Amino acid sequence: MYRQTDIIEDNRTTPEGEFVINVGPQHPATHGVLHLVITLSGETIKKVEPHLGYIHRSIEKMCESLSYRQFIYVTSRMDYLSAHINNHACALCVEKGLQVEIPPRAQVIRILMDELTRIASHELWWGAMAMDLGAFTPFFHAFRERETINDIMEETCGARLTMNYMVPGGVMQDIHPNFQKRVKDFIQLYKKKIHEYDELVTGNVIFQNRMKNVGILTADDVISYGCTGPTARGSGVSCDIRKIQPYEIYGKLEFDEVLETGCDSFARYLIRIREMHQSIRIIEQLIDNIPEGDFQAKTKAVLRLPKGEFYTRVETARGELGVYIVSEGGTTPYRIKFRSPGFSNLSVLDHIARGSKIGDLVAMMGTLDLVIPDIDR
Amino acid sequence: MTKEELKARITELYPAAGFDDTGEWLNINIEAKDWLVLAQQLQQDDSLHFDYLFCLTCIDWKTHLTMVYHLESTQHRHTIVIKSKLDRANPEIETVSHIWRTAEFHEREVYEMFGVNFLNHPDLRLLILPDGWEGKNPLRKDFEDPVNMIRL
Repeated sequence: MYRQTDIIEDNRTTPEGEFVINVGPQHPATHGVLHLVITLSGETIKKVEPHLGYIHRSIEKMCESLSYRQFIYVTSRMDYLSAHINNHACALCVEKGLQVEIPPRAQVIRILMDELTRIASHELWWGAMAMDLGAFTPFFHAFRERETINDIMEETCGARLTMNYMVPGGVMQDIHPNFQKRVKDFIQLYKKKIHEYDELVTGNVIFQNRMKNVGILTADDVISYGCTGPTARGSGVSCDIRKIQPYEIYGKLEFDEVLETGCDSFARYLIRIREMHQSIRIIEQLIDNIPEGDFQAKTKAVLRLPKGEFYTRVETARGELGVYIVSEGGTTPYRIKFRSPGFSNLSVLDHIARGSKIGDLVAMMGTLDLVIPDIDR
Repeated sequence: MTKEELKARITELYPAAGFDDTGEWLNINIEAKDWLVLAQQLQQDDSLHFDYLFCLTCIDWKTHLTMVYHLESTQHRHTIVIKSKLDRANPEIETVSHIWRTAEFHEREVYEMFGVNFLNHPDLRLLILPDGWEGKNPLRKDFEDPVNMIRL
């Protein structure tokens, strides 16, 4: 057992002849400040011990002194690749407490934004994941499409990454007049280019060899470790909150929950690729059917939630995000808890990495799709 | 199962349970000392089958702490919330990390943020906070950060 500072000072060999090394906190494959202390016997991994907190801002404590309108802005900084969906979860939770009806226009805009975010997040993951395994080209292909989405976001929300667009009662402002046209252009672009993804990476023999049978995660372990999102669905566990507890209008939309039964890194990879197609399907159903009307319900300037507890679950690009608000009837939450998908997904890393070679660790971390600010909060 | 059916089955297993169904899900108040036995039953009982612990956290009520466990069954799709009051000066509860593996990390987080001692936890030490934070529990209500970003 090592304290964090001890281990940074020197690497060492244990009495059993095992070698202890650090990966991170600054390592290109950790995509942020994740620090793993790895015990090795030769090249075989004996133990992976995550040391977290390099980007811990105690968002939960901060939220206790922010009002119900203000705290949502902080949550964009948790999982910055799913900023819209984080905001959506918080807005839903506050609305549950206030019991306000959301105008249909706002509901549709929210879903469109969520699904665009999901595609953008998976695009970034795909590029970064291929880069971790040594292929640099896919990164540029992924960013070509992702930038298009960011441009659409910028036009409507004013920001490219931390949007803060969803507010209790609806969305902050109406969509930009160009929005529908640009989203349709994006769908065209996506459909024209998506086959390149499969040609470049999915079908590549070297890539498949590095992914198949790497990081085996059984369905029982998925549930026990609380893994969600594509990580869980790669092991055939149905856990899409959009299907099992539909929120907003997801219940009325046609899309499939993508499941694979490979249980390995390649299955988790395929899930994300196929999920992008489903998101496109959802967007196509909605883009020409945005109802007219208000984009925000009328709410009081100062929001007060009744005494009680409110919990919402939404599906982010990484899995299930839970927002748990405990209210004492005041203008700020008494206690707020974010159940982040990355935190639980990371906890399984030690389990799946044991016994495999250190070179495969990158593939495993890549397919868990870890976003560090989401884990540390 | 509906809330009423859940109530009936859980009363059979644990007659001392206190129910509160004002919320979205059924809330069950239990004694901390009975938690380990009940947790095993909740997970293993075929009609309940609570195999997925999706949220584990703690609330500081200034007079006492409350542990909150959100449980779901992936098979039956029903949800319950287990709550247990803990003494604020000496908070102790049995770990459930061997029943639901996800609890291991979540309990470490609660340990450092609230100072709850999880008995028989395999690896109870700081996870998110850096060294030197032992004994200081930032999410407790009486913790004041000398550098408060909100009030700056």
